Amino acid sequence: MSYESLLEVTDLINEYVACIDDDDLERWPDFFTEQCIYRVIPRENADAGLPVAVMYCDSRGMLQDRIVALRNANIYAPHFYRHLVSNTRIVGESGDEIKAQTNYAVFQTLLDGETKVYNVGKYEDTIVRVDGKLRFKEKLCIFDTYRIQTLMVTPI
Amino acid sequence: MDAKTDPSAISHLPDLAWPPAGVSDSVPFGVFTDQATYDLEQERVFRPTWNYLALEAEIPNAGDYKSTFLGDTPVVVTRDTEGEIHAWVNRCAHRGAMVCRENQGNNADGTYTCVYHQWAFDAKGDLIGVPFRRGLGGKGGYPKDFDMKEHGLQKVRVENYHGLIFGTFNEDLVDVEGFLGGEGDVSYHMKRILNRPLKVLGHTRQFVDSNWKIYAENTKDPYHASLLHLFHMTFGLYRSSQVGGVSLGDEWHSVLFASAGEEDESTKKENKENASRTYQEGYTLADMSLLAGRKEYDDGVTLVILSIMPSLVVQQIQNTLAVRQILPKGVDQFELVWTYFGYDDDDAEMDAIREKQVNLIGPAGLISMEDGEACELVQNAIIRDRDARSCIQMSGHDFKDEPHLVTEGPVRSFWNRYRLLMDF
Repeated sequence: MSYESLLEVTDLINEYVACIDDDDLERWPDFFTEQCIYRVIPRENADAGLPVAVMYCDSRGMLQDRIVALRNANIYAPHFYRHLVSNTRIVGESGDEIKAQTNYAVFQTLLDGETKVYNVGKYEDTIVRVDGKLRFKEKLCIFDTYRIQTLMVTPI
Repeated sequence: MDAKTDPSAISHLPDLAWPPAGVSDSVPFGVFTDQATYDLEQERVFRPTWNYLALEAEIPNAGDYKSTFLGDTPVVVTRDTEGEIHAWVNRCAHRGAMVCRENQGNNADGTYTCVYHQWAFDAKGDLIGVPFRRGLGGKGGYPKDFDMKEHGLQKVRVENYHGLIFGTFNEDLVDVEGFLGGEGDVSYHMKRILNRPLKVLGHTRQFVDSNWKIYAENTKDPYHASLLHLFHMTFGLYRSSQVGGVSLGDEWHSVLFASAGEEDESTKKENKENASRTYQEGYTLADMSLLAGRKEYDDGVTLVILSIMPSLVVQQIQNTLAVRQILPKGVDQFELVWTYFGYDDDDAEMDAIREKQVNLIGPAGLISMEDGEACELVQNAIIRDRDARSCIQMSGHDFKDEPHLVTEGPVRSFWNRYRLLMDF
C-alpha cells in the first residue's frame, strides 16, 4: 500500500471518530456503504465465537434509525464521547478492499464533568472506495470493556 | 421457605419507616441505601432461595465450568467427568484464595487447583491433593489428624430445571418446581420457553449504579413500558404488546405477558395521549428489517417477562430469548448479566432474526436501554430522607392476577414477599 493510501485510510478513521465526538451523528451513517455491516461486539463473545453484538446494523438505513432513536426516542444521561485511536495497521488488501485494524479508547464525560474510560477495543474495518471516497463496508468494534456502564446509546 | 436467621443479627439494623405489616403500596427509600440491609439480604434473600447460576448449554461437556455469583458470593458451576453438575463457593478451603479465575472453560482432567499453595479439588469440590502433605525431607507437613475430607470447598446445592441451573445454600428448600409455585402460570411460562434444548448466542453485561431492588421493581412493573420506552411510539409502531396481563403464581414471582392481538383505535389514542408529554411522533424506520420476526409459539404470546425471586428474569420479547441475572455488587451497584439463547434446532433464518433483534433488548437495546438509566435516576435522588416512602399504587393497594398491564401489583407482591424473607 502506498503512503498516500495509508494516509487516506487513517483520515477516514480520524474523520469517523471526530464525527461522533463532535456530536455530528446525522453524518455518521455516511461513513458506510449502503449495504454494510456495523457490529459492536463484546470481546467475550468474539473470543468464544458467539454472534451476539449489542449493536448490529446491516444497512445504512439501520444506522440512520439508531441516530433517529437516539435523538428522539431513547432516554439516557447527556454525555460526551472522546475517542483516542491508535495508528492503523493494514492487515490485508485484495481487489478493491482494504482490511485495517485500529485500537480505540472511548472516554465518556457526563454533565457532572467527570470523565471515565467507557469503552476500549479495536476496530476491524473493511474499507472500499465508493464514488472516489473510502467508506466502511464492514466495521466491527470488538470491545474489551464488556461490562457496559449503565447503557450504550451512542455508537462507537 | 424458611429464610430466618438468628434474630440477634438484626439488632444493628436501622428501624426503617415501613408501612404496616401486609401493606406493600410504598417502601422507605432507606431500603435501597442501607448497608446493614444489604448484608442481611445475602443471608435471608439470596442464600436461602433458588438463584439462577447458568444455562446447562453453557457447560455442555464433561469438564466444563463457569464462574458466576450467588448473590454476591463467587461460585463455580462445574460438570464432572461423569457429566454430573455441581457448584461450590469459589474460595479455597486453605487460605481463602479464589480457586477458579476464568469466566468459563474446560478442565478435561476435572481438577481445580488453587494457584496460591496448589491445593487441588475435583469438580465436586472435594479436596484431592495437597502439596508437601508429608513435608519435605521429613520436615514440615500436615499433622497426622489432617483429614482431606474435612477441607473440601463449600458446596452449593444445585438443580437443573429444564436447562437452567439453579443453586442455593438451603438444603431444606423445596425443589425448583415447588419454589416456582408448582403447577401454575410461573412454571407454565418457564416450561413454555424452556421447551427444548437451548443454544447459547452470547452474553452482554451491564453495570448499573443502583441498588438491585430498584431493577427488581422495574422487571415487575409493566406500567412504565409505554411511558419510559418510547421507541415504538416515536416510530409509530403501536405495540400489540399493550394487550396483556400479569400473573403472580403463588405471589413469590411474577409473569408479565402480552399477545399479538391488535389494540383498538381508542386504546391507541389513549396511549398516545398519556405518553404525549415526552414523545414525538412522525418518524418512520428507514429499515424495517429490524422488526422482522417469526411466530414461534402457537399461543401467539409475543412478550413474556418472568421475574423469579430474587435474581432472575427470563424473557421472550418477540424472538429475543434471554435470561437476565441480577448480581448485587454493593448497596448501590448491581451487574446485569444477559445470556441470549435460541434453540438447538433453530435454522439459519431464525439465528439471523434473533441476532438482529438483540438491537432491541439489552444494554444498547432500542426498546430497553432506559431501564439502567431509570434505576440510576432513583438511586441518585434517594440518598437522603431514608424514611421518605415511594408510592406504589397503580391499580390499587393489593396484588393479584390482572388482565391488563396498567398495574404495579407485581411490585407490591415483590415487597410483600421481601418483607417476609427479611422479617421486616
